[in-house]
Amino acid sequence: MAGRNTKEAGAAKSGSQDRAAQAKPLVELRRVEKFFPGVHALSNAHLDLYAGEVHAVMGENGAGKSTLMKILTGVYQPDSGEIVVEGRPVNVPGPRAAQELGIGIIHQELYLMNHMTAAQNIYIGREPRRGFGMFVDEARLNADAKALFKRMKINIDPADEVGHLTVARQQLVEIAKALSFNSKVLIMDEPTSALNDTEVEHLFAIIADLKAHGVGIVYITHKMDEVKRIADRITVMRDGQTIDTLPAAGTPISKIISLMVGRDLADATRAGGKSGDEEVLRVSGLNCGAAVRDVGFIVRKGEILGFAGLMGAGRTEVARAIFGADTIEGGEIHVHGERRNIRSPADAVKLGIAYLSEDRKRFGLVTPMSVRDNITMASWPRYTASKLWMRDGALRKTSAEYVDLLKVKTPSVEQETRLLSGGNQQKIVIAKWLLRDCDILFFDEPTRGIDVGAKAEIYKLLQGLAEQGKAIVVISSELPEILRLSHRIIVMCEGRITGELDGKTATQEAIMTLATQRQGIAASEERAIQ
Amino acid sequence: MTEIALEQTHAPRSGIFTIAALQKAVAFVVLIALLLFFSFASENFMQWSNVVNILQATAVNGVLGVACTFVIVSAGIDLSVGTLMTFCAVMTGVVLTFWGLPMWAGILAALTTGALCGTTSGLIIAKLKIPPFIATLGMMLVLKGLALVISGVKPIYFNDTPNFSLISPDSSITNLFPNLEIPNGVFVMFTVAIVASIILNKSILGRYVFALGSNEEAARLSGVNVDFWKVVTYALGGFICGIAGLLISSRLNSAQPALGQGYELEAIAAVVIGGTSLSGGRGTILGTIIGAFIMSVLNNGLRIMSVEEQWQIVVSGIIIIIAVYVDNILRRKS
Repeated sequence: MAGRNTKEAGAAKSGSQDRAAQAKPLVELRRVEKFFPGVHALSNAHLDLYAGEVHAVMGENGAGKSTLMKILTGVYQPDSGEIVVEGRPVNVPGPRAAQELGIGIIHQELYLMNHMTAAQNIYIGREPRRGFGMFVDEARLNADAKALFKRMKINIDPADEVGHLTVARQQLVEIAKALSFNSKVLIMDEPTSALNDTEVEHLFAIIADLKAHGVGIVYITHKMDEVKRIADRITVMRDGQTIDTLPAAGTPISKIISLMVGRDLADATRAGGKSGDEEVLRVSGLNCGAAVRDVGFIVRKGEILGFAGLMGAGRTEVARAIFGADTIEGGEIHVHGERRNIRSPADAVKLGIAYLSEDRKRFGLVTPMSVRDNITMASWPRYTASKLWMRDGALRKTSAEYVDLLKVKTPSVEQETRLLSGGNQQKIVIAKWLLRDCDILFFDEPTRGIDVGAKAEIYKLLQGLAEQGKAIVVISSELPEILRLSHRIIVMCEGRITGELDGKTATQEAIMTLATQRQGIAASEERAIQ
Repeated sequence: MTEIALEQTHAPRSGIFTIAALQKAVAFVVLIALLLFFSFASENFMQWSNVVNILQATAVNGVLGVACTFVIVSAGIDLSVGTLMTFCAVMTGVVLTFWGLPMWAGILAALTTGALCGTTSGLIIAKLKIPPFIATLGMMLVLKGLALVISGVKPIYFNDTPNFSLISPDSSITNLFPNLEIPNGVFVMFTVAIVASIILNKSILGRYVFALGSNEEAARLSGVNVDFWKVVTYALGGFICGIAGLLISSRLNSAQPALGQGYELEAIAAVVIGGTSLSGGRGTILGTIIGAFIMSVLNNGLRIMSVEEQWQIVVSGIIIIIAVYVDNILRRKS
């Protein structure tokens, strides 16, 4: 009894080295480095996983978790570093190779073919054949899947079309697929994001069973309560590096959060100036699917309101719902004090509301068209002669003015927007809405895909707009960005607003705490941190 | 992500070096090559009467091609242009022959019928959210059936309206230049093409057609009423089909209710050969007209060389595939 305790304490203290004495890790990633054009995605990332262990990997959005998992599963090739499987250094040139090494992954988004059956999905690309390999042996296919489901103690008919299953059951089919490769290592990327509580319990039971059979599980999640329940060890990543690996038992949540965010804020100047008092937008009781639950807030003239939260918290959906891009199920929107019904983006634009999507190329710009046409697109009817013919001269002149005003780098206003850099494309979208006289601007991840120099310029631009009296909402997953820009900060988690913070006094820790504050567990956790 | 862009961009302005211009040029070069080839292959080809034949034969397909160009640039498709043309011709027949109304009423009948049917297609696509392919496939059959029902499955002759031949086969220009016997229908086609080209490039509708075809969602999120402009696009296409209906019925001095199906594919072929992208956002009227000429020169030339009709069809098919292949290659290079 005493011996076991010391062993556990030792393992808890210095992690892998101690364990290595007893057994080799199933998988080890050593000093992995990965570059993407303009981004140093991973530098010095490492991770080790033992048989029968649940190893949680945590970190903010963009910390490098997914990139690291993609390297382990052969989707990306590391630029340097080693992958060691059961003591052997290996290459993982592709997903197929990862499967052969016994490394399976369950993606956050499901990669299933909805019109095919569960069994067909599980064995896609390696169907049992008969009749000289010309026909799929459907009977064996279904029998194999059935055996697999039985082992997992789940009750799914292998012949059911996947599209007819609930999301939770689809997730189980994904897990079954990963297990069908006899995976020794199973990576789960936010597996509970679409599950309800009972389904989560079932998943945890399956995880416990897998552990007992010696499968090692890498568990990526943002949810602190889950980590506390099932993880044996926790690795925290930040800015592409492994910060620390800790035993789950005995590590307070506050410690994990501070490791996750521990970035220096020294270079970020806080939002200056004072926001006005005039209320321009009031939203109350907004509901839109599961992503937006009972959301209410106000935005004032001259104010930058930050929306913080983790990916999938529902911030984009709030903006889209207000903008009329998605149909809302309930809620009131008051613009300049008047109750308004916004049924389409055209309605919203008429009221002076603009939405600048994080995905500029898909939702913000018509990239094959010119700078001129993109800047003026929302205002074309104003630039016509007898409501029919485009006054191209006037379009050119106006767009050239905005190009100067926002310092867009483009050889001419006739340039196709697809040829501009991210920062300049963002300025084009901003110009479009300024020209349309919009005074309530929703910026969704305004600096995504924009390099550092251009970021500062966009920040200055946003602050300048606020000073001119525009009401600005900034949705961002980058905490320093939120802290730098916002007068007030609203934090969302799972479709609900979990708190509001003052921009001057907010801290990354406070935001992260609210951002991970799921219903039910909230109160006790908050106390633990304070 | 980074500032890669600025160097590689010696602005593709409107000019002869743009990809679009190159595509027009490719189609144009093909057309010239075909003309040269057939001139050498057969001395009858360049006879004035044959040139007039080619021009006359291009008129209907050219106009239908123009109708399709708008729809295809907006990233839609219209399979109903052929039978809509026939339906418009039948409605003209109803007004002129059954009701005995004057010629202007017949013309008006064709044009309004076209615009209304186009509007219907547009509404089905925009409001019922039926994919354009299916919506216009349905319209194609509906209009084919209606044309047969209304006409009583018999051709309607325009013998009461002798002036109707002014629209296409007559040659008014001979009043000025007695030797220049070009049928009026050819001038109608060129007029339609020029006006359409101005609409596509200079009007607000044209601008929205390109925006819809390039990125409908971005246009919607810019506050553009995409449903409305879609309907207008199909309505304009239908209106132009009405013109095609007048051309073909004038030339045949009758509305032939069984005619029409198959014309839509010839028209789409002309559009595609002319460098317009089937995925939308890119295309020119000039290209379409050149495409229509390539098709009719090919048919005419092969016929003059006494190639069997069956083989003419085979060659047309091959030309379409080559045209789209070249189009893809040029696009990948850009």
